[in-house]
Amino acid sequence: MAKSDKKTKPIVDELLKTPTGINGLDEITSGGLPQGRPTLVCGGTGCGKTLLAMEFLVRGATQFGEPGVFLSFEEKSEELSKNFASLGFDLDDLVAQNKLSIDYVHLEPSEIEETGEYDLEGLIIRISHAIDTLGAKRVALDTIEALFSGLSNESILRSELRRLFRFLKDKGVTAIITGEQGERTFTRFGLEEYVADCVIFLNHTVSQQIATRRLRIVKYRGSAHGTNEYPFLIDRQGFSVMPISSIGLDHPASTERIPTGIPRLDTMLGGKGYYRGSSVLVTGTAGTGKSSMAAHFVDAACKRGERSLYFAFEESQNQIIRNMHSIGIDLGRWVEKGLLQFQNARPSLYGLEMHLVVMHKAIDAFKPGVVVVDPISNLVAAATEAEVKSMLSRLIDYLKMKQITAFCTDLTSTSGSLERTEVGMSSLMDTWLLLQAMEGSGERNRGLYLLKSRGMAHSNQVREFILSNEGAQLKDVYVGPGGVLTGSARLAQEARDKAESLGVKLEIERKQREIERKKAAIEAQITVLRSQFEDEKDELERLIAKEKQRGETLDSETRTLAKARQADELPTQQDSTGKPRKGDRK
Amino acid sequence: MSKNTDSETGPVQDATEAFELALKEAGQGRYVLRLYVAGMTPNSQRAIENVQKICEGHMQGRYELEIIDIYQQPIFAKEGQIVAAPTLVKELPPPLRKFIGDMSKTEKILAGLDLRKKD
Repeated sequence: MAKSDKKTKPIVDELLKTPTGINGLDEITSGGLPQGRPTLVCGGTGCGKTLLAMEFLVRGATQFGEPGVFLSFEEKSEELSKNFASLGFDLDDLVAQNKLSIDYVHLEPSEIEETGEYDLEGLIIRISHAIDTLGAKRVALDTIEALFSGLSNESILRSELRRLFRFLKDKGVTAIITGEQGERTFTRFGLEEYVADCVIFLNHTVSQQIATRRLRIVKYRGSAHGTNEYPFLIDRQGFSVMPISSIGLDHPASTERIPTGIPRLDTMLGGKGYYRGSSVLVTGTAGTGKSSMAAHFVDAACKRGERSLYFAFEESQNQIIRNMHSIGIDLGRWVEKGLLQFQNARPSLYGLEMHLVVMHKAIDAFKPGVVVVDPISNLVAAATEAEVKSMLSRLIDYLKMKQITAFCTDLTSTSGSLERTEVGMSSLMDTWLLLQAMEGSGERNRGLYLLKSRGMAHSNQVREFILSNEGAQLKDVYVGPGGVLTGSARLAQEARDKAESLGVKLEIERKQREIERKKAAIEAQITVLRSQFEDEKDELERLIAKEKQRGETLDSETRTLAKARQADELPTQQDSTGKPRKGDRK
Repeated sequence: MSKNTDSETGPVQDATEAFELALKEAGQGRYVLRLYVAGMTPNSQRAIENVQKICEGHMQGRYELEIIDIYQQPIFAKEGQIVAAPTLVKELPPPLRKFIGDMSKTEKILAGLDLRKKD
């Protein structure tokens, strides 16, 4: 066959691929569907086969300039137009522009009698004609299995289908063939037997009343492809597949720090706040102020001019804005400025994977610097803990890769250990804050602990977390012999302490004054004693002088007497005794 | 395309018109048949022969048979909702019936055309 040359050549280089233009699908298939070959899309009822096929054509026509032919065996073209209008695809317009052709193949078994040998040339001619008219590069057959219910001769059908697929390959069109899922096979009538190049399986499962759509590439001959089940979403923009599990642990790590919005919390975190692109978890029981912390963080980010995305699973946007007014934070102005976007959804609205896909889409569209998830614990309502953990780890990996700071709140139950997150995901987090209600003296106060903060010096001290009109504040708690005190108990203790210290001060002053007094008294005594001493000294000196004089007098009298008796000259006794001559003169 | 008719009535497009025509022709037992073939394959040739034989044998003078080669006029394949070839379509009288194959099972065709009772 001439076709085989065409086919082998691209394989030698690399398999040529036709981009689908569908969000995420081209990433999983690393480029798109095999060019010039049919791809089988199979799955159960309502799993999105028709949509995938149609979107492939519409995107081909609008984005890649490749006209397409849609052969519908189930829905009339008017019905298709109507159904796809809700997804924003204007099929009629594309048909009018000759970019798309929709052919409804009607097979009514009750009208048909089989009278001998036949072939499916009628169908092939229709397809061929449509392809040639538009110069189509893409074809979708949805779903060709209807032939099996319309026609009874299976052996003819099977050989004719083989011929049909060969014909499509010869035409060089990239085709999507849809097929209903069989009980044990991918398709009820074994279409995979004929379409062997690429098989995509769509799955729509319901777990705990919540539906999740998933896509899996079962087979892709000649190409590497993601093998996981990827959740996908059908919304107003059509089909989106999220190849999220492919993300590895090689995200960048920034050293930039961003403030928390609460100055004293920055101080606790080494004075600078969180790392950019890190993940922050705030756990706490009900009413401990987790959302308020989130609001502070968002407010600070918006003040810096960064975009913030707030995923709220509990409250509506208006409710959050109103409530945050009470602590002096006006989030409404940031919403108006377009710096803040709320994404409010009930966790049970759709499956967890769907939440993740929705979050991805919102993050991709809004490109925020900061993302708040409030609270993550509510997601458990939509799935099991293990699933939540896996979902969150993928979300956080994704945010880290994008250098978006994640701020997650987690509601813990009062009964369990406080240092345990509801979804057991603290190990994913870089910074973990615990808000704890501290009960005592008839009131509940909030305590803030910094349980961990990777890669930075941080405080190990508990702080009292106070919500006031001016926002959240952190206060030192009273730590003393009476234990840790908060709230009014702390205030009372502080007052007591103040009184006590005042008393001590007074006592010291009193003692100091006493010292002064004692000193003065002693000094007075000293003066008295000194004057007494002076008195006595004077008296004694006077006596000494008197005695001296008496001695001198006696001496002179003796000399005079001796002189008178003509006796020998006597030595002067006073000189030898050393007594001052001064006294002599006195 | 070869045409074998004994009436000048053209293809009927409009539903109301078809209904009126049907009313008019039902009493007369007129048949409007179209045979779609894909080229001159053995199947096509057999089908043409068989259909002509049935028409001449069972409804002589009150049928209109149009033979369309969808190779040459592929647009008719879409308009006539043709999937298989050859296909014989009984446009009138209602209800619409389609016979696919080489028309070798005469009994089945006669039953489908409500002609058996006249045998």
